[in-house]
Amino acid sequence: MSGSKKPDEIKTPFLDELEKGPWPSFVKDLKNLSKKKPAVKQLLQQVEQSYEKRINYWTGTVINMDGYGGGVIARYSDLGDKFPEAAQFHTIRIIEPSGWIYSTAALRELCDISEKHSAGILQFHGMTGDILMLGSNNEQTFEAGEALMEKGWDIGGSGPALRTLACCVGPARCEMSCFDTLGLTKYLTDTFISELHRPELPYKYKFKISGCANDCACSIQRSDMPIIGTWRDKIQVNQEEVGKFIDKRGKGFVTENVIKRCPTQCMTLKDRSIEIDDANCVHCMHCINVMHKALAPGKDRGVTILLGGKRTLKVGDTMGSVLVPFMKMETKEDWEKLTDLVRRIWEFWGDNGLEHERVGEFIDRIGLGTFVEAVGLEPDPRMVRQPRSNPYIKFEEYTRPRMAGESKKMPSVMDKELEDKEKTF
Amino acid sequence: MSDTKKKQKAPRDNGAPDYKKYLHPLMAKNYGKWKYHEPIRPGVFVHVAESGDSLYTVRAGSPRTMSVDTVRKVCTIADKYCQGHLRFTSRCNIEFLLSKKEDIEPLIKEIHDVLGFPVGGTGPSISNILHTQGWLHCNLPGTDAAGAVKALMDVLYEDFVNERFPQRVKISTSCCQINCGGQADIAINLQHHKPPKINHQKMQICELPKVVAICPVAAIRPIKKDGKDSLEVIEEKCMYCGACHGQCPSMEIRDPDTDTLSIWVGGKASSTRNGPSFMKLATYGIPNNPPRWPEVAVAVRKILDAYRNSAKPYERIGEWIDRIGWKRFFDVTGFPFTKYHIDSYRFARTTFNNSTQVRL
Repeated sequence: MSGSKKPDEIKTPFLDELEKGPWPSFVKDLKNLSKKKPAVKQLLQQVEQSYEKRINYWTGTVINMDGYGGGVIARYSDLGDKFPEAAQFHTIRIIEPSGWIYSTAALRELCDISEKHSAGILQFHGMTGDILMLGSNNEQTFEAGEALMEKGWDIGGSGPALRTLACCVGPARCEMSCFDTLGLTKYLTDTFISELHRPELPYKYKFKISGCANDCACSIQRSDMPIIGTWRDKIQVNQEEVGKFIDKRGKGFVTENVIKRCPTQCMTLKDRSIEIDDANCVHCMHCINVMHKALAPGKDRGVTILLGGKRTLKVGDTMGSVLVPFMKMETKEDWEKLTDLVRRIWEFWGDNGLEHERVGEFIDRIGLGTFVEAVGLEPDPRMVRQPRSNPYIKFEEYTRPRMAGESKKMPSVMDKELEDKEKTF
Repeated sequence: MSDTKKKQKAPRDNGAPDYKKYLHPLMAKNYGKWKYHEPIRPGVFVHVAESGDSLYTVRAGSPRTMSVDTVRKVCTIADKYCQGHLRFTSRCNIEFLLSKKEDIEPLIKEIHDVLGFPVGGTGPSISNILHTQGWLHCNLPGTDAAGAVKALMDVLYEDFVNERFPQRVKISTSCCQINCGGQADIAINLQHHKPPKINHQKMQICELPKVVAICPVAAIRPIKKDGKDSLEVIEEKCMYCGACHGQCPSMEIRDPDTDTLSIWVGGKASSTRNGPSFMKLATYGIPNNPPRWPEVAVAVRKILDAYRNSAKPYERIGEWIDRIGWKRFFDVTGFPFTKYHIDSYRFARTTFNNSTQVRL
């Protein structure tokens, strides 16, 4: 740290209020830290001024590690003259391990790097899923980045790039997970690591990966490409456990809270057993959540892939919508099939998307039908709630030119055999 | 900086850390072979594997922002009780993983005594509040994040450590209208009330065409101001979303005198039952009142009390309101329903009642 001027004794009457009360106080924690980190003391003083004036004092800018086009969130203080130690106060985004599972050795490694090269503040985790290391100045940011990469860590994405992926705890500790969310998250991260570090898309692209419809990764609302576990055979029913559940909770409870809550009314209660019309099941997980000893997802498992979710910025929130109703996700070949689809989407969106246009906004502009065809998928009624109810159809046989970058016939990801593997990539 | 760059020696593109190295031994052994799970008490549950192994999880609320000293204390506890393994949840809770049931109570005691963290946040409780950086580190916020969460969780503490709601309740906060805190059963979000104030002198640091292009309602157009290129906002069109402010700091959307907070209800992420839903406006005009935002806590408590009194088991807040209707929601919470609750943005008509189905 440059400058050895001792700041005055810290007076923060507003923040002091946040040391009170039963919930753990970040203020108390940072005040302790500030005894050995002058930058943290000045950080708290700046935040105190924000509390007093209700004005923010950070300006964002761009700093990049050599070879990377993202991963550092650079902040300069507007009060840098007053708080020189916190004048440059950057965050490094670090790619987290799948499922946010750590060894203490790994966490200690992050602590040591943070304490040596930064302000000693960590956040678990950012809303994208990455680890955040706060408080390095320009020089320290490069040192911290080098130290992290030396130990095998890598930094995350920012800007118009693939962002750090996130997934639920999956098969590591959940009986409901229908595929290997942790393995797929690492595979996709590593496969697309260049796209993650070097912004070359129209705008950001997020994957979030959940093992079942409970969607613990909040993927449909928080990611461009939600990948969610499901099954296409029958729910596994252990009728003996069903009987025990009914004995324990009563038929009334099961009727009210399981049978009647099924969104497609596909369950019937018969004495001490349950019958399921599996053809009508939409794999919502509610019955399994309530009776998790008696019911389990089927055995022929895979994923449903959606596309186009995002938060509010610009046009308002959008949810992802179904792109691939079912796809196996077990073997390396399945994973490669998925990455092929992703590359086709990126190419089409990359060629035709506007700057700062998320893929969901792009679909809104060009139409889902056009999009589906361009990326080589077959239209499927499960992609929509209902067919259109207006007659304003542009029959493309007569009117539609091909979009740039679109070939005449592209392979379908839903075909059993993948054709034209060598194409473009 | 160029000197620093010369020192580069570390490898690039390492990719994601190898999660297999970090798995608790029982996770590694029973990977994909779990049979069922059961709650033990608020904040504690057990997963039972086909092998017969039991893995106990103790969930503790964390402030998300932690000093390295606090993280090291967490590690010391995990070394003592968890064979050196733990995980974080998507809502920033810490999950301590145990192979011995008898370690649960001593571990909880140590979490309380050493860390001062509460144990809870499972099942039908209020889990940790999602938030991002606020005045601590963001370039756009009109209010704080971590402090607002701390103040609200102090009030909701008993609802975190007990499971006493019909279903789980998820809360988020956002410091500007980008709303990075996410959809939630209850969300507290900053609301702007005025178009951006343009700093014409500092406009030249921004790429003006990009600022024009980002406006979702085409309310920004180029002008000359004192001979320099600048922009102006057509105020009748502007809806105060702040997208231009993210693109250009000279388009100041925040105003400490007029920004307020709004509360939204009924968001749900999962595809269970009726599928995911977005949250809707419950009430607005709440003062942005640091350091403790007491008016927020009062409004949130009204919603929680009404929900707890009349929702059915497994009904999330949005599902409960769907069943009882918005009229009754406004009646039981006491929030006024005004013309501002009626959507005026794209697809507003899809939110109108097109039938005679009216609760009278």
